[in-house]
Amino acid sequence: MKLRRLLTVTKKEIIHIRRDKASLIMAFVAPIMMLLLFGFAVNTDVNQVKLAVYDGSMTYESRELIRKFDNSSYFKVSEMLASPDHVEAYIDQGVVKVGLVIPPDYLKELKKGKTAEIQVLVDGSDPTIARTAMSYSVILANNYSIKIKELSAEKSGRLAASAPGVSAKPLVLYNPTLESSKFNVPGVMGLILQNITIILTAFAMVRERERGTIEQLIMTPVTSLELIIGKLIPYVFIGMYDYLIILILSYFLFGVVVKGSLVLLILLGFFFLIGALAMGMLISTVARSQLQAMQAAMLFLLPSVLLSGFMFPREAMPDIVYAISSTFPITYFLVILRGIIVKGVGLAHLSNATVMLVIIIAAIILITMKKFKKTLD
Amino acid sequence: MAISIKNLTKKFGSFTAVNGISFDIPKGKIFGFLGPNGSGKSTTIRMICGVLRPTSGEGRVMGCDLVKDTEKIKQNIGYMSQKFSLYEDLTVEENLDFYGNIYLMGKAELAERKRQLIEMANLKGKEKSLAGTLSGGWKQRLALGCSLIHNPSLLILDEPTAGVDPVSRREFWSSITQLVSGGITVLVTTHYMDEASVCDIIGFIYNGDLITIDTPQELYRKHHTQNLEDIFIDYVKQLSNKEVVTSFKEMKRHRREGGSD
Repeated sequence: MKLRRLLTVTKKEIIHIRRDKASLIMAFVAPIMMLLLFGFAVNTDVNQVKLAVYDGSMTYESRELIRKFDNSSYFKVSEMLASPDHVEAYIDQGVVKVGLVIPPDYLKELKKGKTAEIQVLVDGSDPTIARTAMSYSVILANNYSIKIKELSAEKSGRLAASAPGVSAKPLVLYNPTLESSKFNVPGVMGLILQNITIILTAFAMVRERERGTIEQLIMTPVTSLELIIGKLIPYVFIGMYDYLIILILSYFLFGVVVKGSLVLLILLGFFFLIGALAMGMLISTVARSQLQAMQAAMLFLLPSVLLSGFMFPREAMPDIVYAISSTFPITYFLVILRGIIVKGVGLAHLSNATVMLVIIIAAIILITMKKFKKTLD
Repeated sequence: MAISIKNLTKKFGSFTAVNGISFDIPKGKIFGFLGPNGSGKSTTIRMICGVLRPTSGEGRVMGCDLVKDTEKIKQNIGYMSQKFSLYEDLTVEENLDFYGNIYLMGKAELAERKRQLIEMANLKGKEKSLAGTLSGGWKQRLALGCSLIHNPSLLILDEPTAGVDPVSRREFWSSITQLVSGGITVLVTTHYMDEASVCDIIGFIYNGDLITIDTPQELYRKHHTQNLEDIFIDYVKQLSNKEVVTSFKEMKRHRREGGSD
């Protein structure tokens, strides 16, 4: 391998990128656009959800509970209704998403020292809102009942802990406010890094074939290794730029702070980038035209968005789908990203994911090298 | 000898693309390699260039073994195809620079060579133009320039004039003959018989077999005609055992007489 030939290829590739508007946009603008889009649009936070209330108790205590809901940023009391049936009807019609029903014996139960049951009705047609609204209302009710218990404990002189009637307390770790951007943005980082580099590199190689310039190149002493590495170097820099700009923007726009080691995050990101470049290469060895490359990229990118755990929890997937998603490097990279950024854990806790990532990427690089040699013959 | 191959064979699975062909081309000659499309010309060329490994047989190109010394062969060969594989988004100068650096030329040597080639290809004043904006004839001359940048001793031209206008075609061939008088060896494939008649040696390949290899003069004498195209058609007729289409002469007569079939 001759360094000068390799760098000659690199220099040429940089000129290609500089003169191709589509590549430039893809490399430098698309990542920022994707971050904004995913960061803001894939927002599963529930804010100011309209709440319909039936207050059967009509007591100071029941009004206090309603005020708790209203004062939280999650709910907004929009209707006070005359019967539980009305609440249901309002949800049926889609006027509100959530209903709160306080039974007439609410105060009586409280006074007896029992758990007063309130009913939260949730419109299940939007599972994201439903899930979040449910957990919020449970938290609100719990907090309120704790307060009541403490009050009654004070009055009766008993210990708060021994007072009966507190149901399960949901425990939310790492992201107590359940802000979805804290969870989503690291995922978005991984996806952007993967998608941009795969598409750019797949195109870079295919273009050479589509225009017939590869025919000329194989007649020269340039080796396939010099050609591959020379062409990939600019994309390594673009990929790293994208990765860092997303990290910085996530901090300023979404307040995502890297809790763990920044060095480890960048090192593993660099490694993942190499894998993504190899995948782009693999696509370019199969595709004959840029159109085919795009189709092949989509064929790969879509499942990696849906199955990697970015959108849906992998634990809930059927075995076969789970197995398929285990072969994507992004699956493990997401675990690493979320681990370092959100949880702040180190390599010791991420050893499984890192080992799997290394194995899969090594396999991809090997297959790519084999395939690429063949296509040149 | 510039090219010397013996029993060169290439099989793709059960299909024999090139079937044990042998020939010797002395230095400083133009070798015209003729044959219908798909007869094995390109496969032979790719083996000579050291890009494709022969299934069997051997050969030497500029004294280098075409299996073992492929790197050296590539350093000594200039290749240009009908597609003018230039980088259209690179300028004339950047294209020349790119290939010069791929061949690891020295800085001063490259600058001097670039100046010569830009003059030869009549590309003065176009150095900063993108290759994609050049017209057909210019592109062809730039492609020739790129393939000559490293002073190769063997120039391989794969249908270099396909789709080029008659004036550019003649200019191109006059550059080629000048190069040959400077000592370079040329292997060229073409479907233009007037171009073939300029060659020193003509080889005719059909279905992977080398049917004949001779000087044009000998071919004229053997076939009792001065027309290479008729010789070419005769061979195809004999070998494929079927009437090729009627000759252009007959077609003209038919049309004048008003006969339509």
